[in-house]
Amino acid sequence: MLGKRFNRMAIGSVAGVMLMAAAACGGGSGGGTTASEAPSSEASESTLKVGLAFDVGGRGDKSFNDAAYAGLEKAKTDLGAEIKELSPTADGSNRGDLLRQLADAGYNPIIGVGFAYGDDIKKTAAEYPDIQFAVVDSASNGPNVTGLLFAEEQGSYLAGVAAATKSEADHVGFVGGVENDLIKKFEAGFVAGVKSVKPDAKIDIKYLTPDGDFSGFKAPDKGKVAAEKMYQDGADIVYHAAGDSGLGVFQAAAAAKKKAIGVDSDQRQTVKETNLQGVIMTSMLKRVDVGVFEFIKAFQGGAKGGTNVTYDLKVDGVGLSTTGGEIDDIKDKLDAAKQDIVDGKITVPTKP
Amino acid sequence: MPAGLNRALLTVVGAVVAIVLAIAISSVAIIAAGADPVAALTAFFDFGASERSVSNNIAAFLNRSVPLFISGLAVAVGFRMNLFNIGVEGQYRLAAIVAAYVGSTFTAPAPIQIAVIVVVAAAVGGLYALIPAVMKVTRGVNEVIATIMLNYIAINLTSFLVRGPFAGERAEGQLTTTTPKLGESAMFPNINFIFDWFGQPPPTRGGGVWGFLLLAVVLGVVVWAVLERTRFGFGVKASGLNGPAALASGVDPRKMIIAAMVMSGAIAGLIGLPEILGDRGAFNSNFTAGLGFLGIAVALLGRNKPVGIAFAALLFAFLDRAQGALQIAEVPASVVTIIQGVIVLLVVVANEVTNRLALRLEERRAAQQLGSNTPVEVAA
Repeated sequence: MLGKRFNRMAIGSVAGVMLMAAAACGGGSGGGTTASEAPSSEASESTLKVGLAFDVGGRGDKSFNDAAYAGLEKAKTDLGAEIKELSPTADGSNRGDLLRQLADAGYNPIIGVGFAYGDDIKKTAAEYPDIQFAVVDSASNGPNVTGLLFAEEQGSYLAGVAAATKSEADHVGFVGGVENDLIKKFEAGFVAGVKSVKPDAKIDIKYLTPDGDFSGFKAPDKGKVAAEKMYQDGADIVYHAAGDSGLGVFQAAAAAKKKAIGVDSDQRQTVKETNLQGVIMTSMLKRVDVGVFEFIKAFQGGAKGGTNVTYDLKVDGVGLSTTGGEIDDIKDKLDAAKQDIVDGKITVPTKP
Repeated sequence: MPAGLNRALLTVVGAVVAIVLAIAISSVAIIAAGADPVAALTAFFDFGASERSVSNNIAAFLNRSVPLFISGLAVAVGFRMNLFNIGVEGQYRLAAIVAAYVGSTFTAPAPIQIAVIVVVAAAVGGLYALIPAVMKVTRGVNEVIATIMLNYIAINLTSFLVRGPFAGERAEGQLTTTTPKLGESAMFPNINFIFDWFGQPPPTRGGGVWGFLLLAVVLGVVVWAVLERTRFGFGVKASGLNGPAALASGVDPRKMIIAAMVMSGAIAGLIGLPEILGDRGAFNSNFTAGLGFLGIAVALLGRNKPVGIAFAALLFAFLDRAQGALQIAEVPASVVTIIQGVIVLLVVVANEVTNRLALRLEERRAAQQLGSNTPVEVAA
């Protein structure tokens, strides 16, 4: 009798393992299917072989990783580079090994997408001193490592200006995925932007998880609850910097018939659900594609690592998307704010 | 043919059939994904062109198998007495962070410092497993439910500890949270010298081949000896097979439940150490999660026997190692997860089939020996 019960449980757990496997497949599918073509003739003998390692989630996340891939693809068409992109396992345990496999296969430069690569890039860069590395969203930590950073606070400032100008209730909201220094930059810029237009506007701020707990980037349910509360309290535009959790913010906006502001990529285009596209007034673009492409171009020109490169408004490393045309009428105001930041008349804070 | 050999042969045939079938089924998936199954199969054995890359890949493969093996052992100890310790996941994460933190608070000569860290990890894992054991013995709470719930508590507790009380210095511009860095004397020496025996250059990857591998082998032998060669091991198995019968023959099943659960938890506590002491030198937000759940699959695949678990862990590590090689060969890496899932499922099915076959063969053999004699009725 015990044996039977045991068997049933064993089968149950196997089903669980299969489910986990299926879930992992969902995340990883599509990774690494792109062909690395033979370099075109104009690339001459010194072939540019660029390797890129995605963060967990890999290609097809409609956001961060896909943006990085867009930059890589541009390097292929514009610079004739041979490209290869790898996705880590669902538990991210092989980030370092992916970098090493790329290095061993002769790829140079190699790019790690996401701050989680900080540690592994440092070690791998020390093991392969002749290869140039870059890491997105993390500072340089080796003589052959370039840190690709973004002035998220500047883009968020523009998002704040847009939100404040468009808000009829003088009440807006901000949903951050994880309360770490990176996401606080979004908050600081957004708040400064809102206050520059309407100093008395009310701003609700909510972080989904505290620093170190990265589940806040993939918890649409939490995002939805947080945004629902803000809309109920009277906010009419909510800006999110919460990765996949942003989907919940859009759902809440659609249910409340209010507006939301997307992040990283042009989410009005990338979000699949057509009923949600309409609520996305604009998106704060973080041009990871620009960062990746510019890094590869600079490498080709002989640039060496050891420093950080920050992509800001001046080089259009950040900005607002205009799909849907909802912010076209306030274009002048946004352009003026952008010009003031570029000219240094406005210094956007990076800490709230 | 002797029955034991027969049985072993059946097991091996069953495993081989399962793996061949798994490859066939996965090939269908690979073709459906628009890739070439032959390219995928070659990628599994492609360890790179240069000697350095071969060494690195062997190291990655062996290193991956170590935590999987320990995790499989931890789950198997519970399995042996029909205890489903789903809580390995929580036990190892909690043990890893406490051990990493305690290890960073002092410095001692390497053998002592490493021993203290290992003991702390085992103690934390064991104590955390004691909770569901006591709940089961005193209140009859199902250990599956209890350990699943305790997993959530442990996972959230560790993510709180790593950013709160146990947080260490964070390098400028880095966003990963981490415990304080362990001293040099806390790092487990690597065993890169084995590459010299084969005339290979040592791997350059951080940490090389983890020396914890040796400790894992010792652990496997000890677990085998305890379960198969001691009175305690007999008591554990007897209580698992039939509690009342064990009680009648002088084994207290309640004591055995607590002992087996604590032993399982203590082993689970060690799962995170190879990574921390071999490579990372701290518990940080990149710490490998999910090994406790993988351990269930590894233990099932290895039929809860240390040798079988070792093979299962090596197989899983071998498949995982190919993640990069597969993608370089233009095959989606998710193929690995499909193959792993299919193999586990098929091996469990094969186990059941071989069990029944073996039983039938045994019955036939016994019937032949008895000739036409009718079996003696035994009074119930």
